[in-house]
Amino acid sequence: MYDSPLRERLVTGEKTYAQVTEDICRPIHSKPSKEWWLAFLIAASVAGVGVFCILYTFFVGIGAWGLNRTVGWAFDITNFVFWIGIGHAGTLISAILLLFRQKWRTGVSRAAEAMTIFAVICAGLFPVLHMGRPWLAYWILPLPNTHGSLWVNFNSPLCWDVFAISTYFTVSLVFWYTGLIPDFATVRDRIKSKIPKKIYSVLAFGWNGHAKSWQRFEAVSLILAGISTPLVLSVHSIVSFDFATSVIPGWHTTIFPPYFVAGAIFSGFGMVLTLMIITRKVLNLENYITLGHIDVMCRITLATGMMVGIAYGTEFFIAAYSGNPYERFCFLNRAFGPYGWSYWIMVSCNVISPQLFWFRSIRRNPLIAWIISIFVNIGMWFERFVIIVTSLHRDFVPGSWRDYVPTIIEFGILVGVFGIFFTLYLLFVRVFPVIAIAEVKAIMRTSSDTYVPALAQEAKREAYEGIAPAPVASYSPDSHAQP
Amino acid sequence: MANVEAEKFIVGIYEDDNQLLQAVETIQHKGVKIADVFTPFPVHGLDKLLGYKESRLPDAGFVFALTGTTLALLMQIWMYAIDWPVNVGGKPRLPLPSFIPITFELTVLLCALGMVGTFFYASRLLPGIKTYIIDPRQTDDRFVVTVKAEENQEENSKIQQLFLETGAVEVREQEFKRQFLNVEP
Repeated sequence: MYDSPLRERLVTGEKTYAQVTEDICRPIHSKPSKEWWLAFLIAASVAGVGVFCILYTFFVGIGAWGLNRTVGWAFDITNFVFWIGIGHAGTLISAILLLFRQKWRTGVSRAAEAMTIFAVICAGLFPVLHMGRPWLAYWILPLPNTHGSLWVNFNSPLCWDVFAISTYFTVSLVFWYTGLIPDFATVRDRIKSKIPKKIYSVLAFGWNGHAKSWQRFEAVSLILAGISTPLVLSVHSIVSFDFATSVIPGWHTTIFPPYFVAGAIFSGFGMVLTLMIITRKVLNLENYITLGHIDVMCRITLATGMMVGIAYGTEFFIAAYSGNPYERFCFLNRAFGPYGWSYWIMVSCNVISPQLFWFRSIRRNPLIAWIISIFVNIGMWFERFVIIVTSLHRDFVPGSWRDYVPTIIEFGILVGVFGIFFTLYLLFVRVFPVIAIAEVKAIMRTSSDTYVPALAQEAKREAYEGIAPAPVASYSPDSHAQP
Repeated sequence: MANVEAEKFIVGIYEDDNQLLQAVETIQHKGVKIADVFTPFPVHGLDKLLGYKESRLPDAGFVFALTGTTLALLMQIWMYAIDWPVNVGGKPRLPLPSFIPITFELTVLLCALGMVGTFFYASRLLPGIKTYIIDPRQTDDRFVVTVKAEENQEENSKIQQLFLETGAVEVREQEFKRQFLNVEP
């Protein structure tokens, strides 16, 4: 593949391989800063609130929430879909962008995958909580049982969800860990203190960087990327089936799978931006997560935000065009009913705010990009809230119409799970290499300040002398005689 | 793991990946057989130069995937249509379209787990496995090439000279147990 020497460099600051290792491993070797402790204490306290509210729900039951017979799904399932959506950006970056050979992915893939795993952990909490009797959670698995050996209902999307989420979690974890092994080996070989060295030796699985291992590693990465790509699309499609296969107006739409997948990638990139803009600043990784990286992520956010916008429009049009009075009422009620405010928060955060990303100066301004990413997060949470609550609160029979008001416990769980998520992420940045060290080194030859200028000069000189410019990959074994 | 005797190796250490590729080619061209190469990151074209066969892990992944498909389908058909069929409002006894999502998920799951497991087995990667690191910087920024030392001292110094000529920053003799045995040249 030809790499233009003019393309924006992904590793800036003329780093040598040793400096790359040094820069990325620094947080692991150094003592945590005051800011880190402060952030960690806040996150952990918020997580504590969450744990308290979760335990309270366990003891009291679902009655601790504001649900009623009409609105049987609300905050809990909103949070579930929200967190599953957040996870999708990690897999998109590590799998789909690997297949598309997008080199900028190397700078953000590790942290984004970590985010995926933590988000799926958070998401997984909610269905279990919603069961009311979480100690019976294993009933969702197809296990031989004493109820007359009745099996789970394979016709139900809720059952498919069990398989989809657990597969997604397992495969993401395996993919992430496989990529981490060489980097753990790097940490193992440079860390001095005894006990951490032992721990990293165990984590590194005895990796030594043998050429054959690398060949296998690359083969495995490619296939894992290949199977993760349909997996990530299938997971959110299946989540959307939870709604789409029902007959509730507002849920009974075939647009849901692509709409949910686009929304998931949109919200995921919102969260990646939120995390990466802070991470690069706090850990001094601006040379690896450059403004160029932020720029491309903003572009993806803009594109997926527009897809989501089109989906909102299509939904409304189909509701009007279908001639189904229930469907029509449902959508008018969404925009102008008692929960109309949430609809307009959703539209302004998801469709209007990303429009600012048309401007290069905004895409390359970390502060503004960060603020917009927060809006995206808020908007996508409200999208799920709108879909779930507004579709349910106006039933077929006006006599059963009910409004939904969340209780303080539900707010506690909502906020607390963010605490759990950030606690995990903060621990991750202390003990794991935040950027895939080996992957970044592997792209330096073609896209870093260290090597590209010389290669560009060479290409120019050759062009001047009338020789066809050589591809910048610079060394290809095929051009030499084989031994 | 097989019991291996410690052997003497000549170790050449390079600091640049392009230089490494050229060195490996030159060394092999001179008829010297390279034992192992260790790099801090995947160097493209190195496996071809060393004459490694293409990895068959994707094939293993395919077999695992097919196993997943089969198991998932059999499980659902057996549970739903054979072991305890339930009549839900006269809906089909064998709703194959409903089985597709779970079949797909289990296909992916088994493929991923099986292939990564095979990779770990083939490359001897497991928690707690002790590995010999020839140079502490081989996982950082140094590229290590090893050649098995001969009895003949003269021959050895020739190899050392060859390393230096091809740009090695350091050459030394080292005795260790060669760990990576399942490589077919």
